Amino acid sequence: MATLALPRRGPFASTIVRHLTVAVVGGLVLLLLTSSVNAYRDFQIANVGYYVVAVAGLTVLTGLNGQISLGHGALMMVGAYTAALILDRDNPPPLVVVLVLCVVVTAVVGAIVGAAAARLRGPYLAGATLAFAVGLPGLTSHYAGTFGGDNGLSVFTSPPPASLGVDFPSERWQAWITLAAALVTLVLLANLASSRVGRSFRAVRDDEVSAELAGIHVARTQVLAFVVSAACAGLAGGLLAVVSGQATPGAFSVALSLAILAGAVLGGLGSLAGAVYGAVALVALPAISSNASERFDFGTDVKSNMPLLVYGALLVIVMLVAPQGLQGGVRRLAGLLRGRSPAQPARNESVTEVSVTEPEG
Amino acid sequence: MTVATQAALRIDNLTVRFGGLVALDAVSLWVDPGEVVGVIGPNGAGKTTLFNVACGFVRPTTGSLEVRGTPQRRLRPHQLARLGIARTLQGLGLFPHITCLENVMVGADRHARAGFTTALLGLPRSDRDEAALRERSMAMLQELGVAEIAGRLPASLPYPLQKRVALARALVAEPEILLLDEPASGLSAAEMDDLAELIRGLRGRMAVMLVEHHMDLVMSVCDRIVVLDFGKVIATGTPAEVRADERVLAAYLGDEVDATDESMSEAPDA
Repeated sequence: MATLALPRRGPFASTIVRHLTVAVVGGLVLLLLTSSVNAYRDFQIANVGYYVVAVAGLTVLTGLNGQISLGHGALMMVGAYTAALILDRDNPPPLVVVLVLCVVVTAVVGAIVGAAAARLRGPYLAGATLAFAVGLPGLTSHYAGTFGGDNGLSVFTSPPPASLGVDFPSERWQAWITLAAALVTLVLLANLASSRVGRSFRAVRDDEVSAELAGIHVARTQVLAFVVSAACAGLAGGLLAVVSGQATPGAFSVALSLAILAGAVLGGLGSLAGAVYGAVALVALPAISSNASERFDFGTDVKSNMPLLVYGALLVIVMLVAPQGLQGGVRRLAGLLRGRSPAQPARNESVTEVSVTEPEG
Repeated sequence: MTVATQAALRIDNLTVRFGGLVALDAVSLWVDPGEVVGVIGPNGAGKTTLFNVACGFVRPTTGSLEVRGTPQRRLRPHQLARLGIARTLQGLGLFPHITCLENVMVGADRHARAGFTTALLGLPRSDRDEAALRERSMAMLQELGVAEIAGRLPASLPYPLQKRVALARALVAEPEILLLDEPASGLSAAEMDDLAELIRGLRGRMAVMLVEHHMDLVMSVCDRIVVLDFGKVIATGTPAEVRADERVLAAYLGDEVDATDESMSEAPDA
């Protein structure tokens, strides 16, 4: 794909160098962007950052490994509450340590859910993970003493470091935190996707019998994919808690799980670049639709449902125009511009190869 | 006939029952290292079931399976590669959404060493591993004369080429035992000659067991042939011996040979 059309000789023959280069360039662009917009935009960008992490994690699970999850909102909740409980102490550890703990705790939960998921397929897996998403927020009111019931927990975050100046907007600092996490996540996932681990994910997705005959332990691979994906969701949840300053059950409803899946599908399942588009859409669409309903002065009934309507409409349009998601559309367009017929799989196929692993030549 | 003590694959007194149906009845056979053994028999004779037992897809009701002298009591399909067994499927089972080269690379995974952490961090070791797999897989495609389709998706290729990719995926693992399930189905006469040539080239390199309907192919490539009928071994011997065997003539060769109509319900991926 385009971002990786770097020469495969010299230092760029190395996967990590190639991915880090893209990440550093992206980081510099984002640094400029976040420094030139107002505090509200920085807040929105901070939200995009953790959505990227969550959507990228899900796109690996669903796009590369073929497992659907409607429970990623609940996995984010595990991360968020982990962050809240750790930060609610007299001497909280540095934020990096907190976020790593969010990843670890959620990965463990993901391993348990994933072990169950590896026995289920298609709609049964969707149902089971949906039940997880519905059920988990209920625990907060059952153990209200620890989790604060419906009001949730406050998350105490440290202000931007003094070296940045007293006037430095905290929104920009938060944007930097989530964007840095997003870049690290994308680099790691891109490494994984282009390795034999990523190939074994895709082999299991495509044909379990053949994958087994090739020596791949199918169930173990599925659990591994679920753990990787859950770890991302945990990080995203921790970041969400930091950005919003709280962890409440209401923030991790089924709607969040569905939104993350919608983001992955919109961007193009299996594509990490698509995960970025999807995450941007998740933040931009509600903002655009509420602007629109204000301008046209719709009633509150319409207004509160506008984002859902726009999601739905956009999903339908994208599936009709570019069934491989936005990234699939971009790739097809690039192919047309280069005057080549794009090597597209048939229209009715719902999975795509991850864009970052397309072999050269 | 002498019985080697250390057969590559040995099946002893194997019985498989599906409910009331006896698919295999006290079947014994062995494949020596470097030997090509054909399993033939009329439709429903139990050939594919025999393969499925050898792959761990089907657990035998009674009887034993030995790989190079080691009994395999709880064989699972994902262990085959480690045991040095590769198998092609009747339905090919290519991975449809990854390129032909990557399909073959999955088959070569047995040779890879880099683990999860190495892959996650994109360490040079992972890159070296990948480059080695890629090279090995490319060489295999080249050997089978299909190097130019390495970057294509399997579905975009005609069936005989897909078959070669599937064969490359099995061979690239460099197995000690290769199980070929109907390698000639859907091939033209010329392509079948190529295939026969290829299988003869494998003799001495690995043990090959093949299930096949095309008698010409079986007779021309096999060192030994085992004939199944209604789940029982009714004859075993060299092609010449089997051809002359009256029970075989009665059970099988006397009938019209149907080249394509193997029962699909026996396939593991059906």
